[in-house]
Amino acid sequence: MHPVRKQRLYIVLFVVVFSSAAIGLVLYAMRGNINLFFPPAEVVAGKAPLGQPIRVGGMVVDGSVQRSEDSLEVRFELTDFAAKVPVSYTGILPDLFDEGQGAIASGRLDARGLLVATEVLAKHDENYMPPEVAEALEKSGYDHKGVPQ
Amino acid sequence: MIPELGHFALILALCLALLLAAVPLWGAWRRNVAAMELAPGLAIGMTVFTAVAFACLTHSFLVDDFSVALVANHSNTLMPQVYKFSAVWGNHEGSLLLWALILCLWTSAVAIFSPQLPLLVLSRVLSVMGGVAVGFMSFSLFTSNPFARLLPSTPVEGSDLNPLLQDPGLVIHPPLLYMGYVGFSVAFAFAIAALMGGRLDAAWARWSRPWTNVAWAFLSLGIMLGSWWAYYELGWGGWWFWDPVENASFMPWLAGTALIHSLAVTEKRGLFKSWTVLLAIFAFSLSLLGTFLVRSGVLTSVHAFATDPERGLFILVFLAIVVGGSLTLYALRAPSVGSRITFHWVSRETLLLTNNVVFLVATLTVLFGTLFPLIMDALGQGKVSVGPPYFNAVFVPLMALLVPFMGIGPLSRWKRDATSRWRRELLPALLASIVAGVTLPLLAQPYNIWVALAVLLCGWLVFGLAKDFLFRVRSGAGIIAGLKRLTPSYWGMVIAHLGFAAAIIGVVATSQYSVEHDLKMAPGDSEEVAGYNFRLLDIKGQQGPNFVADEAHFEVFQDGRLIATLKPQKRRYLASGQVMTEAAIDPGLFRDLFVAMGEPIGNDGAWAIRLHYKPMVRWMWLGAILMALGGFATVADKRYRRERRTAEVAAGGAVAGG
Repeated sequence: MHPVRKQRLYIVLFVVVFSSAAIGLVLYAMRGNINLFFPPAEVVAGKAPLGQPIRVGGMVVDGSVQRSEDSLEVRFELTDFAAKVPVSYTGILPDLFDEGQGAIASGRLDARGLLVATEVLAKHDENYMPPEVAEALEKSGYDHKGVPQ
Repeated sequence: MIPELGHFALILALCLALLLAAVPLWGAWRRNVAAMELAPGLAIGMTVFTAVAFACLTHSFLVDDFSVALVANHSNTLMPQVYKFSAVWGNHEGSLLLWALILCLWTSAVAIFSPQLPLLVLSRVLSVMGGVAVGFMSFSLFTSNPFARLLPSTPVEGSDLNPLLQDPGLVIHPPLLYMGYVGFSVAFAFAIAALMGGRLDAAWARWSRPWTNVAWAFLSLGIMLGSWWAYYELGWGGWWFWDPVENASFMPWLAGTALIHSLAVTEKRGLFKSWTVLLAIFAFSLSLLGTFLVRSGVLTSVHAFATDPERGLFILVFLAIVVGGSLTLYALRAPSVGSRITFHWVSRETLLLTNNVVFLVATLTVLFGTLFPLIMDALGQGKVSVGPPYFNAVFVPLMALLVPFMGIGPLSRWKRDATSRWRRELLPALLASIVAGVTLPLLAQPYNIWVALAVLLCGWLVFGLAKDFLFRVRSGAGIIAGLKRLTPSYWGMVIAHLGFAAAIIGVVATSQYSVEHDLKMAPGDSEEVAGYNFRLLDIKGQQGPNFVADEAHFEVFQDGRLIATLKPQKRRYLASGQVMTEAAIDPGLFRDLFVAMGEPIGNDGAWAIRLHYKPMVRWMWLGAILMALGGFATVADKRYRRERRTAEVAAGGAVAGG
C-alpha cells in the first residue's frame, strides 16, 4: 500500500477506536444522569416513578410555603392548576423563588407522594418562564399567572 | 431624533454589508481589480455606520430616553451611569447590535492589518465576513429592532435592568465573549476564501493563525469572566454549572483549541489542511449555534432572556445557510487540496493529532449533552435534562487523557522522533512529577487521591515544558542570548500550557477540598468552617442608589486572630422589587472565604447563612488568564508581519520542502 494511504488508514482506525471508546463513555454517563420532567398532574396521577431522580415544575401555590423554625427545611406545593405536588427542600432557596411564581424542583418522590428536592430552580428574569413549566401550564389550560385561557 | 438617526445608520450599514458581500466576491470571480479594491473601504464604511448606530443607542440609554422601548424596559433613572451603559447589551436587541458592531470591528481589523495579504484573498475574506454581517444586521433590523419607539405613551420611568446584570463583571463579560465568538468568523472567512480559491497552503495557515489565536484568547477571557461572575454574583459559590448557555460558549472554545493546534501543523508542515478548514467551519458554526441556543430560549437556562419563536427560527435558518453552504463548498473543493506529505508515528504531528481528536471528541460530547434534551423532546420522549454528572463523567477522563501527551509535546520533533529520546529526556520530569504528586498533597489534610493524580499530571506537563525550555535557552550562546532566541509564539505556548496546568489544579483542588455549611445563624452566633471561625455580629439595614439591603457583619478568625471582615447583603431592587444576594468574599491565592445570606428564619432575627471555604479556586481563573495571555503573545511573532512577497516565497518553499 502507498505509505500515504497506509497512514490515512491508521489515522482512521485510531479515530474510530477512540471515538467508540468515547461513545461508550457517553452512554455509560448518560445512564442515571438524565432526569425526566413531570407536570404535577402526571405526578398525582401516579405516572412518575418513585425513588428515581425526576424534575417537577409549576407555580408555587400561594400561602403554601412553610419554613421550619429551627432548620433550613422548607415545604411548599407546586401546581399546574390541575393538581398539587408537595415538595420538601433543605437549604437556601434561590432569590427569585416566591409564592405565585414558576419554579422547578429536582429530587425523588417518596412513597407518600412527597418530592424530596435536592435542587430548586427559579427563573432569573422577571419575564422568563422555563419552557417545560410554560408547556405544562398550557396543557392544563392556564397562562403563567393562573388565569384560565 | 437620535434613535431614528441610529436606525437609519444601521440600515445604511446593512446596505454597505450587502455591497461588501457581493461586489468584491464578484470582482474576485471576474478578476476585476477595481471591484476587489472596494472591499476594505466598504468594510470600514460598514463599521463606521454600525458604530454610529451603537453610539445612538448608547446615547438613548445614558440620557434616559424612555420613548425608546428598549431603554424603558431595561433601564431607569436611578441606575448608576456605568450600568446604564452596560444595559445597552444587557438585553436581546442591544446584545445583537453589539454582536454586529464587533463583527464589523473584526472585519475592519482584517482590512487594515493585512497589507501582506494578496488582494484576491483579502477581497474574498472581507466578502465572506460581509455576508455574515448581512445576516446579523438583518436579524437585528427585521426581528429585533433596538430603536423601536414607545410613542405617544412614553413612560416617565423605566423598569429595571435585571439586577443580576448590574455588576462590573457583566459590564465587560459580554463584549469579551463576543470578541471571541465573532473572532472565529475571521478563521471561518479565511477557510471559505481558501476553498473558493482552491489554494490551501502554509501561507493561508500563517495568515489565519494570529486571528484565530486572538479570537481564542478573547473567548478564554470571556468564559473566565462568566465563570467568575457566576461565582460571586449568583450567590451560591458555584463556578461552572454545565448550563446550556455556558456550554454554548464552551463548545466554540473547545473546537477553537483544536483549530489553533491543527493550524500549527498546517503552517509548519503543510499537513491536515482539509481537516483544519473543517475545524474552522465547525468552530464558527458552534458560535452561531451558541447564539441560537441563547437567543431562541429553546433550552432552560439561567441566561435565557424572554424570547419569541420568530427570532429562533431566523437564527436557525441563518445557521442552516452558513453550515449547509460552507459544507457544500467544502465537499466540492476539499478533495482538490489534499496533501501527500507523510510523517512518522513517533512525531509531533501525531501528538497534535491526539490533541485534535481529544478536543473534537470533547466538543461532540458536550454538544450531545447540550442538545440531547432537544432531541428527546423532538422524538416525543418527554422533557429530560442532562445534569453536570454526565458532563463531569465524560469530560474529566478526556482531559486527563490529554495531559500525558502535553508533557511530551513541546520537546517532540516534527516529522520523525524516537521514543528512546523521549524516555531519556523526560525521565527526570517523570520522577519529579511523581515526587510532586506524592508529596504536595501532604500539605493539605486529609490526603486526597484525586488531587495527587492532578498534581502528578500537571507536574508531568510543567516539568516536561521546563525541560524543553531549559534545553532551548541553553542551546544559545548564553542565558540571555538563549532567552532572546525564543520566539513570541514559543512564549505563548509555554504561558498557555502553564495556564492549563494551573486551571486543572484549581478545578481539582477546589472540587475536592471545598467545605460548605448552610445553616441558621442569629447575631452573636459563630460557626467553625475548615479551621476558620465565622462570627455574625449583627444584621442592619442599608440604602443603596437603587436598592435597599439587609447587611450582615461577619468577622472571621483563624487561631484567634482576626483575618477578615465580611459584609454580605440581601438586596431588594426598588424598580423591579427583585431580590438579590450579594455574597462577600475574602479572596486569596490559596483559599477563598465566601459568605452569602439566604432568607430570614423564625422570629428571633436569625437568617439562613451559607458559609464556604474554597481552596485554590482562583487558580482556575488565573489559569484562564494565562491561557489568554499566551494566545495574545503569539501575535507578536515577527513571521506574521513579513511583507507580501517574502510570505509567498516562504510559503512556496515550505510546500516544496515538505
